[in-house]
Amino acid sequence: MLDSVIFYFFAGTAVVSAALMVTRRNAIHSAVFLIATLLATAGIFLQLRAEFLFISQIILYVGGIMVLFIFVIMLVRLDVPLPQIRSRMQKWIALFVALAVGVEAGVVIFLARKVPGQGLLIPNPAPAEKLPPNTEELAKGLFGSYLLPFEIASILLLVAMVGAVVMAKKRADAP
Amino acid sequence: MSATLHSILTFVQTWWVELLCAVLIVLVVPLIAGYIVLVERKVMADMQARLGPMRVGPHGLLQPIADALKLLIKEDLIPDAADQFIFWLAPVLSMTAALTSMGAVAFGPWFQVARDINIGLLFVVGVSALGPFGIVLGGWASNNHYSIIGALRSTAQLISYETTAGFALVSGFLLAGTLNVRSIVETQRADHAWYIFLAPVGFFTYLIASIAETNRAPFDLPEAESELVAGYMTEYSGFRWSLYFLAEYANMIVVASVGTTLFLGGWLRPFPNVHWLGWLDAAPTLLLVAVAAYCVFRAGKQPARVQSLLMWAVAFACFVVAIIFALTGPFGHPRLRFMHDGLYGAFWFLLKVSAYIYLFMWLRFTLPRFRFDQLMRLGWHILIPLALVNVVGVGVALALTSEFGLNRWLAMVFTTLATLGIAMLLLRWNDKYSAAASAALLADSPIVEDSRAG
Repeated sequence: MLDSVIFYFFAGTAVVSAALMVTRRNAIHSAVFLIATLLATAGIFLQLRAEFLFISQIILYVGGIMVLFIFVIMLVRLDVPLPQIRSRMQKWIALFVALAVGVEAGVVIFLARKVPGQGLLIPNPAPAEKLPPNTEELAKGLFGSYLLPFEIASILLLVAMVGAVVMAKKRADAP
Repeated sequence: MSATLHSILTFVQTWWVELLCAVLIVLVVPLIAGYIVLVERKVMADMQARLGPMRVGPHGLLQPIADALKLLIKEDLIPDAADQFIFWLAPVLSMTAALTSMGAVAFGPWFQVARDINIGLLFVVGVSALGPFGIVLGGWASNNHYSIIGALRSTAQLISYETTAGFALVSGFLLAGTLNVRSIVETQRADHAWYIFLAPVGFFTYLIASIAETNRAPFDLPEAESELVAGYMTEYSGFRWSLYFLAEYANMIVVASVGTTLFLGGWLRPFPNVHWLGWLDAAPTLLLVAVAAYCVFRAGKQPARVQSLLMWAVAFACFVVAIIFALTGPFGHPRLRFMHDGLYGAFWFLLKVSAYIYLFMWLRFTLPRFRFDQLMRLGWHILIPLALVNVVGVGVALALTSEFGLNRWLAMVFTTLATLGIAMLLLRWNDKYSAAASAALLADSPIVEDSRAG
């Protein structure tokens, strides 16, 4: 009873603020509603006993990326429409992408009901109280069985970071 | 209906300690924040050879309450050009983040709202990282140049210094091997050392980063009054302003608690495992008796009768708490001994947090404010590399201890010295670089050219 109340609270907040985020004209308002969506999703993670995922969502997405978003929105005047970016095709492309994602999600949900053990439903889930601590399990996975992919991903990120710095840096001889 | 009532009753019976702590945090933290302001003004006055607030109550003891009342009855102004919704939301966000993050802080072994969360300190750090949104959005919503410059400065500063604080915390987490607040403190008891001694570089980088994160002098550029009026708070008044103010002081308590828990041994007494130092447990009783005696001594010298009565009341309150500590202490009544851990733990924890906050004040009245480029250079050129090297150093030391059986202290001393050596190299390299950079900056500056011409 309490569990489902909490779930619907977070899910409802996430959906409503996602809709509001898309429909607001003011970019800062959109950012605030995006923050609300991310926080509500973090709440669902917490309810699923994924504490580490919950806090990394808050620290990385809300505390890091969204602060940068707002920073950029404040520096760039977004209330001026940018005609060079908007094209007449945009609306149709958006509609197509939205339809494609919707159909995909529908197919996944439909198949998951048909075939047990595949898709969204997990057969015989372990009770949440008996799960091992989330942080330790994640660390064992990342630094144990998946060490090489983890390191490759971090090197990729590092290269991207260095590339961004090099591209953003002014040349000494530039005016 | 009665079923609902019953379930609520069971809920309260199971969680009454946590509920009590939550209510206490919401009710008492604003009061404590007010009194921290009073202490700050008194400490400042002491360092500048003045008296500080003396009018309201004896020695200004009622000043915070008078200030709070004044703020509550002030007119609540919202500028016409402000964004109403965000102007309303921003201070609430700051305060909520500060108070929520306090939920996982353990004020002693008993007093903690969220007891056994696996992520512990990470929760405190992560949720208090939502506070900057209040500052940024408030500055933007005010529609005022000073506000937005303050907000932008604060964002840049927080992003820079949060990285340092994060790495400093990682070095502590590596030593503790857990994120859970209780386990961190208990590991320090088992290790026979506070982690400030095992990872001094980590502690000091965290200290500097925590001052910068709470926007306090010498890092108070977001609200530098000589440049920006009041920074992001310029357009705020009355109760909204006081929410920001409370959030700032609540954040001070949060960062001090995190530093205390991870590096200063949390609620442990100094030398918790040494039995012949057990007399240290008499400290709270003696301290409170001393305060009570001083109040009695000063009570006769008050100018008004009301003031001396209040002084007697304070003395009496201190004396009562001292008796409680004495009764539950090592020489107290055996049937009250079960309260010993909780009360004495809370005392030592609050003592350490107070010392940490006192250090904040001391630095504020000692150091002049940084220039913004100096702030950024300190953050990105010195502190972040230092914190990174320190994480690697602590990792190497732990590997040396566990793999090669090296003495823990020896490994830690060795890696700390290596980290400090690298820090010296960084400083020398940075000096060379920054001399060239500031020469280039000054060459372009119109002000310098004007003064040269004049």
